[in-house]
Amino acid sequence: MALLEVKDLQVNYGVIRALNGISFEVNEGEIVTLIGANGAGKTTTMQTIIGLIPPKAGSIHYDGKDITKLPSHKIVNMGMSQVPEGRRIFQELSVYDNLMLGAYLEKDMSKIKARIENVFEQFPILKERRSQIAGTLSGGEQQMLAMSRALMANPKLLMLDEPSMGLSPLLVSQVFEIIKDMNAKGITILLVEQNAEKALGIADRAYVLTNGVITHQGTGAELAGSEEIKKAYLGG
Amino acid sequence: MVIAIDGLSLGAIYALIALGYTMVYGIAKMLNFAHGDVIMVGAYMIYTLCTLTWTTGSLPIWAGALIAFVVSIVVCTLLGMVNEKVAYKPLRGASPLAALITAIGVSYLLQGIAQLIWGAEQRSISILDRLGTVRVGTVAIRWSSIITVVCGAILMIGLTLFVKKTRTGRAMLAVSEDKGAAQMMGINVNKIVSVTFAIGSGLATFAALFYLPTTAISPTLGSMPGIKAFAAAVIGGIGSIPGAVVGGILLGVVEVVCNSFEATASYTTAIEFALLIIILLVRPIGLLGKKRRVKV
Ligand SMILES: Nc1ncnc2c1ncn2[C@@H]1O[C@H](COP(=O)(O)OP(=O)(O)O)[C@@H](O)[C@H]1O
Ligand SMILES: [Mg+2]
Repeated sequence: MALLEVKDLQVNYGVIRALNGISFEVNEGEIVTLIGANGAGKTTTMQTIIGLIPPKAGSIHYDGKDITKLPSHKIVNMGMSQVPEGRRIFQELSVYDNLMLGAYLEKDMSKIKARIENVFEQFPILKERRSQIAGTLSGGEQQMLAMSRALMANPKLLMLDEPSMGLSPLLVSQVFEIIKDMNAKGITILLVEQNAEKALGIADRAYVLTNGVITHQGTGAELAGSEEIKKAYLGG
Repeated sequence: MVIAIDGLSLGAIYALIALGYTMVYGIAKMLNFAHGDVIMVGAYMIYTLCTLTWTTGSLPIWAGALIAFVVSIVVCTLLGMVNEKVAYKPLRGASPLAALITAIGVSYLLQGIAQLIWGAEQRSISILDRLGTVRVGTVAIRWSSIITVVCGAILMIGLTLFVKKTRTGRAMLAVSEDKGAAQMMGINVNKIVSVTFAIGSGLATFAALFYLPTTAISPTLGSMPGIKAFAAAVIGGIGSIPGAVVGGILLGVVEVVCNSFEATASYTTAIEFALLIIILLVRPIGLLGKKRRVKV
């Protein structure tokens, strides 16, 4: 059974239909990527799954349970976390406070401490800057913080919405390495990207979203090899 | 010296009320115009319960007053939370104007209910002013002013520590900065809004207690301090906790200083609002208001 199963999901903004009945699934241990042009509905999909936008129709099942109508804090509590588009770290708070907020639902202080130690080990720069106001970090550091904050929740499923946006090529490669690494440690990944080439490179399976409809699906390698996809999303 | 203490004392009262405005604005992004009326309800509660314990009980006066005050805090805190649940929560996501009109409606509703229960005539009660004055050198300072300044400082420091150092406080800051991102952390925004209203109303009850020595109790008691504290919150930068403190103290000191000179006494309120306008002209986000930094 899939860890995440989205069925006939339909989302409207007022009269604008952003998602027109999409279905896809993410199995435990996979890296699944959702690619598509700007405005295709990728962010809408991510936000609807985590309970920020109520869907018009369709269903979302996670870990065997129907979460379609659950409030976000209950969904997050089931082991799902998200690195949102544009990172959305808490700019006015310290690095440490951001990390603590990532573990908001964990009340066991010793577990929180252990997770912070883990994060600091993986990203020593964050340890150095733990008391710094997050808004003063560089773009790359902010992305590290956004990913670390999501990891603080100890998620089973981690969703990342365009984590490479606005980063230098070197940092982009680093971000994809980190994603692969997190997956190797047992975290299931749902990755949204405009950088389709890189995303398809690390994905087990992929879906292509066009104007609120899923138009293609297959393994990462299949889609990366498809002429049509190459033309539309890989720059030739 | 007397002016300084009295100014700080009035400033502390404004600051305590302004904190309620500013925190609710920061978290729920709405102006709770009924906030001033919570002070009025607090004042009536303290009045009624004090009178009750003093006339019926065999308790010492201070014990009766303490019980009355604690019960008043509980009642006002609940009132703030119920007000939010019933009147504002259904409007979350509606236009800010709808919430504003509703808040004004709640304000009149509370005043109307108070008039039904307690009538329109003015009442007064001595609690803190029973303590009289203390001589420092040649001047006499009111104990009530000293208590207001000291308690106000403790409350404000306590609130600051609460917001900065506790899990719930951190969640409040997160919701205030980015509600959607806060939800992604698993924060229950409804609960945080509720806590914010509770804290604001609790602080307003303290403000009521400190305000009582210098005012008569009537259904419109909350209007003036409410408006002034709102101005203080805007001067300090609405949404900013230290801003509310600075704005409140500034306004309180200006008011007491103006009142102490014959030449300015009758223009006090005009001067205060002129100050508001000048500060907003120079710095539209208020003294300590924050511009949102955006980095992509
Ligand atoms: N808050 C909103 N209000 C109205 N329309 C929106 C809103 N957010 C997104 N949309 C619209 O929904 C569609 C999908 O947007 P989005 O999910 O952000 O796409 P993507 O993440 O793939 O770029 C777009 O047409 C966009 O204009
Ligand atoms: Mg997007």
